[in-house]
Amino acid sequence: MTQKSKIDFKQILDHSHIANPYPLYAQFRETPVALQEDGSYLVSTYNEVVSLLHDPRISSDMRKSDAQKRFMQQAKQKREEMIAQGQQVEEPEEIVPAFIFQDPPNHDRLRRIVTSQLTPERVENMSSHIEQIVKEHLDKHAQGGQIDIVDDLAYPLPVTVICQLLGVPREDEAQFHAWAEPLASVLDPGQVQTEEQQKQIMQAGRQMREYMGQLLQKLKAQPGDNLLSGMMAADDIDGAMSPRELISTAVLLLIAGHETTVNLITNGTLAMLRSPELLERLRQDPELIITYVEELLRYDPPVHFRTRTALADIQIAGTTIPQGATIILVLASGSHDGQRFERSEELIPDRQGNEHLGFGSGLHYCVGAPLARVEAHIALGEISRRLIEPKLALDPPPYRDNAALRGPRHLPVNFKGLRS
Amino acid sequence: MSNHSSQGLRKDEHIVIVGASLAGLRAAEALRRRDFAGQITIVGDEKYAPYDRPPLSKHVLTGHLPIEHTPLAMLEDVRATWILGVAATALDVEQRQLSLSNGERLHFDQLLIATGTRARPWPEERGGKLDGVFLIRDRDDSQQLRERLARKPGRVLIAGGGFIGCEVASVCRELDLEVTLVERGPTPLYGALGSSMGSIVARLQQQHGVDLRTRTTVESFEGDAAGRLCRARLSDGSVVEIDVAIVALGALHNTEWLQGSGLAADERGLVCDTYSRVLDAQGQVVEGIFTAGDVARWPQHLCDGDLIAVEHWGNAVDQAENAAGNMLSAETDYRAYKHIPAFWSSQFGINIKAVGLPNRGDEVMVTQGSVERYRFVAAYGRQGRIIAAVSFDQGRWLEAYNTLIEEGATYPPQLAAADQPENMQSQPAGFPAMARHA
Ligand SMILES: Cc1cc2nc3c(=O)[nH]c(=O)nc-3n(C[C@H](O)[C@H](O)[C@H](O)COP(=O)(O)OP(=O)(O)OC[C@H]3O[C@@H](n4cnc5c(N)ncnc54)[C@H](O)[C@@H]3O)c2cc1C
Ligand code: HEM
Repeated sequence: MTQKSKIDFKQILDHSHIANPYPLYAQFRETPVALQEDGSYLVSTYNEVVSLLHDPRISSDMRKSDAQKRFMQQAKQKREEMIAQGQQVEEPEEIVPAFIFQDPPNHDRLRRIVTSQLTPERVENMSSHIEQIVKEHLDKHAQGGQIDIVDDLAYPLPVTVICQLLGVPREDEAQFHAWAEPLASVLDPGQVQTEEQQKQIMQAGRQMREYMGQLLQKLKAQPGDNLLSGMMAADDIDGAMSPRELISTAVLLLIAGHETTVNLITNGTLAMLRSPELLERLRQDPELIITYVEELLRYDPPVHFRTRTALADIQIAGTTIPQGATIILVLASGSHDGQRFERSEELIPDRQGNEHLGFGSGLHYCVGAPLARVEAHIALGEISRRLIEPKLALDPPPYRDNAALRGPRHLPVNFKGLRS
Repeated sequence: MSNHSSQGLRKDEHIVIVGASLAGLRAAEALRRRDFAGQITIVGDEKYAPYDRPPLSKHVLTGHLPIEHTPLAMLEDVRATWILGVAATALDVEQRQLSLSNGERLHFDQLLIATGTRARPWPEERGGKLDGVFLIRDRDDSQQLRERLARKPGRVLIAGGGFIGCEVASVCRELDLEVTLVERGPTPLYGALGSSMGSIVARLQQQHGVDLRTRTTVESFEGDAAGRLCRARLSDGSVVEIDVAIVALGALHNTEWLQGSGLAADERGLVCDTYSRVLDAQGQVVEGIFTAGDVARWPQHLCDGDLIAVEHWGNAVDQAENAAGNMLSAETDYRAYKHIPAFWSSQFGINIKAVGLPNRGDEVMVTQGSVERYRFVAAYGRQGRIIAAVSFDQGRWLEAYNTLIEEGATYPPQLAAADQPENMQSQPAGFPAMARHA
């Protein structure tokens, strides 16, 4: 039987829950698969989320969802009406969806090319750069006072790192910082943008694609030891990346690793400053950072939910999700499922066997996970080690208005100085 | 009779396991994991501690995995008495006693029979004793074959196109050896996957330079004066000059030693109920005697409780766990064995995996991916339900198919997967008529 539950997904989007959505998730889990008013299905329990993420009957390609089809239809109508009225209408730019929004087999081909180039060695080679970047940002505050973990450290780090990996020249990096924020909201299924924001996104997208096109030309003539050159040259039995695919992939790598990494570092700082005992343990035992970061990805993850479309009727947990329906997979709720994790509402920094959903699961499992881990290990390790008597200046901190990619907008921390 | 002291530690109980391989070891571990505090004795006729067989036809032959690296990981300290290099030769159910090949007798309170299978030998009178003719079942077989292949012999002939035969053919090509594969059926893997999927494997093999002879059998092997293999005569009248032959004609269940025990054992295996308890020839449950692994024939819920033996790694592990659990439980707490068979095989760079019972399928249909690229999933249907699925380099989807099989989802499946082929068509799976009554 399909039950329309009182569980209303819109509650997650409600800003009043943003500082602590977990009690709400616990309510969601009482109905593992719940039909929502708008016809979508909210999935909140670990087993159900994982099973759907591994099911060939779900799609990440939004063009296949009923809602998106309706939306496209309306947009087309609107354009036609405007043309009929003799108005000037811009042709929508045809964009190749990035592979996070594609299905097999094309998804697999693009992903294979990325993973063939984003090798463990490349990631490992970044770690000294990451240490350097973190050090530079922290050293600016040698005298102590107040640091905003978001603006002064977490925000600049991932963009700088991905630019270096991709092969973006140092002097062009500043532009990426400007593009990253508006573009990152593209990945957010819960977000409704104002027209002004949409314009910004489109503009940032266009500028970045243009820039990337030119950069690719340069790298073609003069390849370097970097991700873009590698992806350009990479062969695959199903075909190499086209220039447009290269561009959309590069944009994806920038934005997928942006706000996510920011949130991980910020959430990690917040949790350790809330618990003096935890902070002390991390200082005593620097190795603990490894399991601590995994636990963060479970306990307070950057990505809270992802959406999919049902390609066929799917029977699950006593409910049938009909073909075409949007499925909302609440990864963060799955990771808090008490059926799967012991003491699921506690942060246990040395938790073992932690198969959290922080990086997703199945064929879209985060490509950047090894890189994100290195960034988080270094940043959080240095924050815990170097700040002298750090205290949260605001608790809870203000959160960004974003339930899917959830994290503080600012995290001001008062401290007395830096250890060297 | 064994004392079913329910949760007690059973300090005074003696459990004997016959067969010191995968099922035997995993059962012993499961017993200890459940805090069995009594005595465990493991009797095995091979001289080696338990080792893993799948690599014997794969990485051991290529030389990538030294034979010393095949022992099975001991996941638990089993604290057992090991009697290795000694076979059980008879079982007295009444006296609860085993006779051993070293002349001793062994008393047990409970018994687990995990004697597995062995390779079907090639008849001596048709050349089975020639130097250069190999079987593959145990460590020594594989080690000797490895040494021979490493010496770069001339053409290798493989009799039998089942999984092991195909894997060895793949190894030979990897080692750049000429190879002829002789299969009685219309395609390789005919018995396991049917001719529809088998024809895909045939194409794969031909692309890799295998000289594939289907609908053909080996009549005899012939040697020179020194007893060295030099040619094979095939049923189509042809003669192939060869240096090495590998006989891969399937397996025989190791049940001969149970003749006279009164148990329901024959060449098809040893029959047990859904709780892994063995039955006697009258079909009555025999208390305290269990079986697991390749040797066991059990009622399979996916096909109306027909008795089948599943000769795959995963079954040995799961059934050992089931048998061990029931050995330590009161009858009211017995768990039924509801295993969905699964296996894998790697050949010609492709990972083939399957779940369910392909050879119970009537029809098959490619549901995802591309056959051209050897990257796809196909589902098997039996009477309108999905009974199995096989994947080529697409194992990531099988979990979902496993669920469909468990749920008894309809066939043809309504998946509408993003990567489904353009014209999906169900076709006859193409199994030998007999396989369905096995
Ligand atoms: C070459 C090869 C490749 C394989 N590849 C795969 C694969 O890729 N995937 C897969 O799923 N499966 C594969 N298998 C099958 C898998 O190895 C078996 O399913 C598994 O070994 C079964 O374990 P078992 O303990 O039931 O039986 P066995 O491993 O056969 O062990 C039985 C043991 O009992 C001993 N024994 C027999 N009679 C007596 C007696 N009377 N007294 C004492 N001891 C006795 C035997 O000598 C043997 O040591 C392969 C098998 C082989 C041979
Ligand atoms: C803490 C940091 C990060 C978190 C929590 C995170 C989380 C995730 C999650 C949950 C997904 C799955 C999306 C889905 O299933 O729909 C994903 C996918 C992805 N991530 Fe990350 N990510 C992080 C950092 C990064 C970084 C640094 C990069 C880039 C180098 C990156 C690149 C990607 C890409 C390309 C995908 C799409 C993979 C695919 O579709 O196959 N991520 N990430």
